[in-house]
Amino acid sequence: MIRVNDLAHGRAGDKGNTSNISVIAYDEQGWKILREHLTEAVVQRAFAHIATGPVVRYELPRLQALNFVIQGALGGGVTRSLAQDAHGKSLSSLMMTIELPEAR
Amino acid sequence: MSRLPTRALRIGAGASFADDRIAPAVELAERGELDYLAFECLAERTVARENQSRLKNPKLGYTPRLMDRMSQVLPVALKHGVKIITNMGAANPIAAVELVHDFARREAVGPLHSAAVLGDDITDLLRGQPGLPLMESGAPLETLLPRMVSANAYLGADVIVRGLATGAQLVVTGRVADPSLYLAAAMHHYGWSYDDWGRIAAGTAAGHLLECCAQVSGGCFAAPGRKAVPDLARLGFPYVDMLADGDFTVSKLKDAGGRVDLATCKEQLIYEMHDPAAYITPDCVLDITELEMRQVEPDRVRITGAKARPRTDTYKVTVGYTDGFIGEGQISYAGIDAVARAELAAGLVRQRLADTGHRYSEFRVDLIGIDSLHGRRARDADPYEVRLRIAARTTDRKAAEAVGFETRALHVNGPAGGAGGSDPMVKEVLAVQSVLVPRGLVDPSVTIREFRS
Repeated sequence: MIRVNDLAHGRAGDKGNTSNISVIAYDEQGWKILREHLTEAVVQRAFAHIATGPVVRYELPRLQALNFVIQGALGGGVTRSLAQDAHGKSLSSLMMTIELPEAR
Repeated sequence: MSRLPTRALRIGAGASFADDRIAPAVELAERGELDYLAFECLAERTVARENQSRLKNPKLGYTPRLMDRMSQVLPVALKHGVKIITNMGAANPIAAVELVHDFARREAVGPLHSAAVLGDDITDLLRGQPGLPLMESGAPLETLLPRMVSANAYLGADVIVRGLATGAQLVVTGRVADPSLYLAAAMHHYGWSYDDWGRIAAGTAAGHLLECCAQVSGGCFAAPGRKAVPDLARLGFPYVDMLADGDFTVSKLKDAGGRVDLATCKEQLIYEMHDPAAYITPDCVLDITELEMRQVEPDRVRITGAKARPRTDTYKVTVGYTDGFIGEGQISYAGIDAVARAELAAGLVRQRLADTGHRYSEFRVDLIGIDSLHGRRARDADPYEVRLRIAARTTDRKAAEAVGFETRALHVNGPAGGAGGSDPMVKEVLAVQSVLVPRGLVDPSVTIREFRS
């Protein structure tokens, strides 16, 4: 297994109660693994205890990047959340812990 | 300093939030050979908060740190012919501009010609539109109207261009879309119009890359052993060199700390974006799916290929409303069974509050160091020390105060060794939701007011 952190970097942003998290490959090899294995379902599972809504994945092949939009991830929204991290700034770090199968 | 072959328009980024650093903006104004410097200082709910300030005192309502920033930046900017664009007017752009002119007169800085952009505040208009659906829930606006404190439309670059067209050296707005602060400089300088979609796209992409300032030049990026950022303590703010055809580069001062490369630019490009083919601003619908980046020299990235479709026929409007109170308290435990004592403490606070009859619609217990950011994970071992944080939502201020009170009282009345209890914290919640409002309802109220000293 290999962690997303070994293949990519990323940043979390907020809009209302929705978090978006970029996953940007360091290289071509990493991009192939991410594109194949870091699916909506995988991310949904990793965020299941945090997010109430669905996960949508967008691809940016020219930048070798994925953008995950995770609804209901911010405790009701930045302006009303009870959480310490109301903006979900730390959620990119959770994305980085996800483990993926290594390329054959 | 190397420049593109043709003299490009140079637009600097001066702030990414109300409490951002000031020195890097002064540095850019002083040595950056800038044409424009823009300051983005309004978070989602800031205008709502400042509207409350203005209702209490009509001379307030602008960004509180306005003069900290402007007193340092304005003299340098005027000396070097750098024009300033900012949304620091918040809920009271006129008061903001008057204050800046008071300063300019007092300090003999100037002459100064400014323009205030007015018309984003449509609170009164929305009181007559109770049926508008809220974007978040679909419920009608009327459910929030009794608690509404403000409603502000995200205006676009065109209104800032109107301000710049007066010849003003300083344009102060309330709510405008963040990228529009930067796009406006290019539209004004090159005379771009709204049917020139390639250039509007480039200007919007440039604005999006700059709007969070150091987040494109090495801020919010470093990770030891993996992502190094040179001289991070002296992080420099970025600027864009924009050519007339929309070709642009992102860069920073050579001797400032930080880095501008594909990695920093990609992180910022995708930041707060949902569908990359449809990033909606008041100026266009931006599509970055064919955008390309190239490192043309150290700390300089060339951006091409941004596309855009025409702007939508509505403005997004942020509705600020009061939403009760949050009370919070914290206390720490260490050593053997630290977590068990923290959990015992949390249960005590919960029971005490219930016994008193206080009601909370939401109650949250965090063990900082274990589960406060991402929830508890099975493989996490108990740490040597832990900080208990309790937060609860209620419509009753007294009930909110009780949360922190009961947590601090654990020092004496709770489990062994409770340490470092926080002062009880209560905040009145100003929440926001959004509606879409037809442009035709908003545009007639937009006006520009000029000031000279």
